[in-house]
Amino acid sequence: MPLLAARDLHLALPDRSARPLFGRPPLTPILKGIDLVLEPGESLGIVGESGSGKTSLGHALLRLLEPTGGTLLFEGRDITHLPEPQLRPLREGMQFIFQDPLSSLNPRHRVEDILAQPLLAFLRVKTRKEARIRARELLERVHLPAAFATRYPHELSGGQRQRVGIARAIALKPRVIVADEIVSGLDVSTQAQILLLLKELKREDALIFISHDLSVVRVLCDRVLVLQQGAVVEQGPCGQIFARPQHPYTRALLSAIPLPDPETGWIDRDDLPVEVRP
Amino acid sequence: MNPLLSIRDLALRIGGQPILRGVHLDVHAGQVAGLVGESGAGKSMVGRVVLRLQPEDAHVDRGEVAFDGRDLLWMSEREHATFLGRDIALIPQNPMTALNPVARIAPQMTDVLRMHMGMDRDDALARALESLHDVQIRDPERVLRQFPHELSGGMRQRVLIAIAFACRPKLIIADEPTTALDVTVQKQVLRLLKRLQRAYGTAILFITHDLGVVAKLCDTMSVIHAGRIVEAGPVAQVFLAPAHAYTRALLAATPRYDRPGEALQPIPAALTEQLWNEARTLDTGAA
Repeated sequence: MPLLAARDLHLALPDRSARPLFGRPPLTPILKGIDLVLEPGESLGIVGESGSGKTSLGHALLRLLEPTGGTLLFEGRDITHLPEPQLRPLREGMQFIFQDPLSSLNPRHRVEDILAQPLLAFLRVKTRKEARIRARELLERVHLPAAFATRYPHELSGGQRQRVGIARAIALKPRVIVADEIVSGLDVSTQAQILLLLKELKREDALIFISHDLSVVRVLCDRVLVLQQGAVVEQGPCGQIFARPQHPYTRALLSAIPLPDPETGWIDRDDLPVEVRP
Repeated sequence: MNPLLSIRDLALRIGGQPILRGVHLDVHAGQVAGLVGESGAGKSMVGRVVLRLQPEDAHVDRGEVAFDGRDLLWMSEREHATFLGRDIALIPQNPMTALNPVARIAPQMTDVLRMHMGMDRDDALARALESLHDVQIRDPERVLRQFPHELSGGMRQRVLIAIAFACRPKLIIADEPTTALDVTVQKQVLRLLKRLQRAYGTAILFITHDLGVVAKLCDTMSVIHAGRIVEAGPVAQVFLAPAHAYTRALLAATPRYDRPGEALQPIPAALTEQLWNEARTLDTGAA
C-alpha cells in the first residue's frame, strides 16, 4: 500500500488581487489534476520554477491546505476533506520542514522548547524534563552540539537553524516528511552537509523534497516529478528522467543549469522552447 | 596591457574585525572577471569599495584601487563621484529593492543619463528606449510608464541591466545579479549580459557564489575566502586544474545532475580551520 497517493488532485485558492468590493474573491486554479504515489521509505523530488505550484502541492499533500478536487490517500485512508479533529491524530505521521527557518521557529523559544513542543503535544513524553532530554538526543541526530539546546533561533547560523527544523520534523518519527526548498538559501558547503544529513535520515522516512534545483534533487531523490503551471509534465525514476528527459520543459530546465565546466558555447545557445520563455 | 581595474593588497576592517585581508584582483578591459566565494568571504565588500559604497564604519587599512590608471581609493569623494554611473556602474543583487517603488521606470532611467551624460530630457528618453530595446524588452514604451511592482523579477533585472549599460560604462560591478531568479530566467539574463558586454566592450566584475555561472560566463576568476584571494587565473585553467585545496573542495561540494555517482563532499572542517588560521596570521602580521 502506498504511503501517500494523490489522484487528479486539484487546488484553487482565492485570488486576493482580483477581490471585488463586496463578496468573496474569485478562485484561481493552482494545481490542475496531480497524480502521484509515494511508497514507504521512498524519496520524491518535486521540481518546478517559481509559480509552478510546488509549495502549494506540498501543503496540499499534508493537508495544510484542503484540496478542491480529486482524492488524497494517506496510508490508504481518504483524507481529502477529513475535518481537522479527525486529521489531528494523523498529523504526527506527517511533518513539514519550512523554507525559511527563521520565520518558522518561534523567536521567543529556546531550541529545546521548540523541539519539546511536538513531543508534548502528542504525549510522547510526560514531563518537560523528559522532553528536554529527548531534545538533546534530537540535536545529536542532526549533528548539533547539545549546548545549542538553550540557545534562541537568532543565535544560530542559517545551516544550524535548518538543522533545528529537521530535528523538529523527525521528533515524532513521522511516516512522511515534506521539505520545502530547505537548502536554497545556503552556501554550497552548508548545503552539502544538510543534503548528507537528509540522505542519512531518509533511510527511515519517506521524503518529499521540493526544490527549484534539479542538481540537488538528483543527488538526494529516488524519483522526480516536474511541475509546470500546476500540472505534472513528467515524472519517473531520477536515473531515467535525467538521462532521457522526454518533455521539452524538463529538457529546458536541465539545459538552463550552468554546470561547473568551462564552456564558452553554453551562454549563446538559445535552447529554451518558446512556451517556456519567460 | 594594463588592467582596467587593478586592486592591490586591499585590507579593510569593520569595527576592528578584518573583512578583507590584502585582496589582489585585476579586471581587464572588455573581459568578465568572476569573483567567487561563500557568504561572509568578503566578495561583495570588494565591489562596494570600488563603488565607495562600503558601510560608514568600514576602515580601509591599506591598499590601492586603480581604475584606468587613477587611484579611486584615496581620491576625494567629489572626484570619485564623477566616475560613478558614467564609467563604473552597478547591477545590484536584489531586483525587488533596487528600484524606487514609487517612481515609474522612465525617470529612474533618464535621471541617470541626465545627471551623468548631461543629456536633455528628449535625448535621455530616446537613450532609455534604446537601452530597454537592448535588453530585449518587447514593449519598451509601456515599460517606461510602469511602476516596478508591475514587472516580474526577470523584467526588473533587465531594467537594472539597461540602466547599468545606459551610460556605456567601461566597468560594471555585477553583485549576484541572477541569484534571485529562476534557472531559465537566469539563463536568459546571463545571455543578455554577455551579448551587451561583447557589443559595448564592457568589463564586468561578476560577484557570485555559483561556480557554474562563473564557468559559463567569465574569462578570468578569483576565489575568495576569509577576505583573501586563494586562487586566481583564467577560467579554463582554474576549473581544469584547480591549484588550491579550497577551490577543489568547493567543486566537490557542488551537486551536479550529470554526475549522480560522485559522492557529495562537504568542505572538510580541517581545511576550513587551516584557512582561517592562515587568514588570522595575516592580521597579526599587519598589526
